[in-house]
Amino acid sequence: MNEAESATSTENAEKALGAGFDPRILVFTCNWCSYAGADLAGTSRLQYPPNARIIRTMCSGRIEPTFVLEALRDGADGVIVTGCHPGDCHYVKGNFRAEKRFNFLKTALKQLGVEEDRVRLAWISAGEGEKFSLLIKDMIDKVRELGPNPFKST
Amino acid sequence: MEEPKIGVFVCHCGINIGGVVNVPEVVEYAKTLPNVAWAEGNLYTCSEAGLSSIRDSIKKNGLNRVVVASCTPRTHEPLFRATCEDAGLNKYLFEMANIREQCSWVHSHEHEEATAKAKDVVRMAVARAKWLEPQDEPEVDVSDSAMVIGGGISGLTTAVSLANQGFKVHLIEKDAQLGGLTRRLGKIYPTLQDSSEILDPLIRTATSNENIQIYTSAALKDVSGYVGNFKVALTKGKEDVKLDVGTIVLASGALNYEPPKGSFQYGVLDKVVTQLQLEEMLAQGKLTEPERVLMIQCVGARTGEVWTYELSDMSKSFAARLLSKILGAKKEEGWPYCSKICCMNAIKNAIRIKELWPKAHVDVLFSDLRTYKEYEDFYRRARALEVKFIRYIREIPPDIAEAPGKKVRVTAYDTLAGVETEFLCDLVVLSTPLCPSKEDVMLARMLKVPLGPDGFFMEAHPKLRPVDCQSDGIFLAGTACGPKDIPESIISAQAAAARASILMGNKRLKTEALTADVNPDLCIGCGLCEELCPYGAHKIESGKSKTIAALCRGCGVCAADCPRRAITMRHYSDRQILAQVEAMMAK
Repeated sequence: MNEAESATSTENAEKALGAGFDPRILVFTCNWCSYAGADLAGTSRLQYPPNARIIRTMCSGRIEPTFVLEALRDGADGVIVTGCHPGDCHYVKGNFRAEKRFNFLKTALKQLGVEEDRVRLAWISAGEGEKFSLLIKDMIDKVRELGPNPFKST
Repeated sequence: MEEPKIGVFVCHCGINIGGVVNVPEVVEYAKTLPNVAWAEGNLYTCSEAGLSSIRDSIKKNGLNRVVVASCTPRTHEPLFRATCEDAGLNKYLFEMANIREQCSWVHSHEHEEATAKAKDVVRMAVARAKWLEPQDEPEVDVSDSAMVIGGGISGLTTAVSLANQGFKVHLIEKDAQLGGLTRRLGKIYPTLQDSSEILDPLIRTATSNENIQIYTSAALKDVSGYVGNFKVALTKGKEDVKLDVGTIVLASGALNYEPPKGSFQYGVLDKVVTQLQLEEMLAQGKLTEPERVLMIQCVGARTGEVWTYELSDMSKSFAARLLSKILGAKKEEGWPYCSKICCMNAIKNAIRIKELWPKAHVDVLFSDLRTYKEYEDFYRRARALEVKFIRYIREIPPDIAEAPGKKVRVTAYDTLAGVETEFLCDLVVLSTPLCPSKEDVMLARMLKVPLGPDGFFMEAHPKLRPVDCQSDGIFLAGTACGPKDIPESIISAQAAAARASILMGNKRLKTEALTADVNPDLCIGCGLCEELCPYGAHKIESGKSKTIAALCRGCGVCAADCPRRAITMRHYSDRQILAQVEAMMAK
C-alpha cells in the first residue's frame, strides 16, 4: 500500500468511526413474507434505527443482481435481499432462484473487490417482526464497521 | 406516454404518523419533487373526507398518478385503488408509501430522522409512480365449491353455513369421528349443558345436507392452484381423492397442552390430571366423591419464552423452529400467551363438582383470574357455592407430593393470608392452554400461509381482516388462529363462511394484472422461462416464448432470469424498480 492509499484508507476508517457516518441500507422485501414481517415489526412497535429503506416486489425471485449493483453504485452502503423461508415461498420456489442469483452476485462482488458483508440474504416470515428489526440493527452495525461505500459512482 | 401528473396525499393517521413525522414538512417536500402536480396532508386519508379529496383532486388537478403516504398497502391499497377507479383513474396508476408500519411506528422517538425517512419513502414512491402504467385485469372463473379443513365445531358450522347458501362443501377430518375438541368436553360453559346437545344436531345437519361431502380419517396430501381454482389431493383411508375447490377454510383447531412429565408431578402421580382429563373422568363417571379437589391455573400458559431471535438462528427456518418447539414442548415450560378459556373452564368444572358433591372442597389456585364479559357472574356463582379462590405467585410454584391414603399434598404460598398453606387433595387438576399442533406447521407449508409468533395461523390483519388468510381464497375459523371458546369459534366460523361465499357467489374474479409480458423481438426462444415457471405459464411456440396470462401468478422469476431481458413484469418492471433504487440515494 503506498502512502496515498494508506492515507485514504485511514481517512475512510476515521470517517467510519466518526459520528458523521450514517449508513444507508436498502432492503428488498417480498410481498408475502418479509414485507409482512417488516409490517409486524411496526404493529409490534419494535424500534430499529431509521437507516433502512424498503422496496417491495412480489417475490424475492424477482430481484436481479443488477438491482443490487445499481443500488451500490448509487451509493447504498448495504443491501439486504429478503424473502420467505425455504419451502414457504408463495410462488413455490422463487426464493431458491433468489438464493442462486444471490450466491452468483456475491462471487461477482468479490471479483469487484466489494466487501461481502455489504450484501446479505435473509429469510423473514410474516410472523418474524422481531427478526426483521434485529436484522436491520445487525446490518447497520456491520456496515458501520465497514465504513461508507467506496464504490459509489461520482 | 402522457406527461405524469402525480398527486401526493400524506396521512397523519391521527397521531400515529403525525405524532412522529412532521407531515406538513413532508407535504411541502413532496411539492418540490418532479412530476408532482399536487400534494396535501390529510388527518385520515382513508376517511371519507380523505377519499373524496383524492377523487376531487384527480378531477380538479388532472392527476394521472396518485401516491398515498400512509400505512401498509397490505391493508389499505385496495381501498385507495378503488377510490382512484371511482374518479376514472386505472387502479394500477396508484402507489403507496408506507410511512406508518415501516416508519413512524418503528422510529417513534426519532422525530427528525423519521421525517427524513418519510421524505425518502415518498420520493421513492413518486419516482416509481412516474413509470406506472394502466393495466387490464384478467378474469378467472371461481369454482363454487369449498374445502373445509377440520370437522370440529368451527369446521361443521362453516360447512353448514356454506352448504345452506348453495355451495358444495368438502369437509375433511383427520379423525374417524366428527366433533373435534368439543366432543371431549362433557359440559360447556356458561350454560352447563352437555356438549353433545349442541354438537349432535350440528353433525346431523351436516351429514344429512346433500351439499356437504364428509371425508373422515382423511389426510391432505397436496394443495396447489390459487384463489378460485385450488387443486387438492387427499387420501380417505386407502382411497385417493382429488378435488377442485374455489375456496379453503382452515378450521383445524388447536390442541390442549399437556405438561411435560414431572411438571407439577403430572404423569408421575395419577391423581394429577389436566382439565380435559377431568372432563372425561366426569363424563365417564370415573370420579368418586372427593374430599378436596385443587385446581392450578396457568399451567404452561403465560410462561416460557416469547419468541426471541438470536442472530445465529437467522438461517434456521421459522417453521423448523416452531416444529421443534411443538415437538419439544414436553421438555419446555409452555406457551407465552394467555389461552383465555382456562379460567372459565376451571370455574365450570369447579361448579360441576360442587353440584355433584356439595360437601367436597374445591380450591382454585390462580395467579390472575380473568373472567371477561358475562363470565363474572359465573365466577360469583362459583363463590356462592363456596369454591375457594386462592392467589399464588408464579415465582413460588406450589409444591406437590404424594401423601398417605392415596392423597396428594399441595403446599402453596397464599398471598392473601401471607402464609404457606397445605392442601390434602384427592385430585389435582391442571388448567393448561390451547396450543398449536405439529399438523399446523405441515398445513401452513402446504397452503403457503403464515403462522403467527404464537404458532397459530396468522390472520391477514388482526383488526381489519380477522378471518382472512394472507393468501387470497383461504380463510380461518375457530381455534386454528388462537384460543377461543365455543361462541367465539362459531362467530369466526360463520364469518369465514361469509367471506368465502362472497368470492364464490361472484362466480368470476378479477385477478391482479401482475403478469409477465414477453417482447417477441428480443426473445430468442431459449426456453429458460418455460423451465423456471412453476405454473407452466410460459410456452415456447415457433421459437418464441408465449405467456398464458391466466396461469401467470406474477412472481417475476422469469423476468429476472431472462438472458435477453425480453420479459417485462407488469407493474413490477425493471424501470419501476430501478427508479425506486435510484430515488433512494438521490437527495
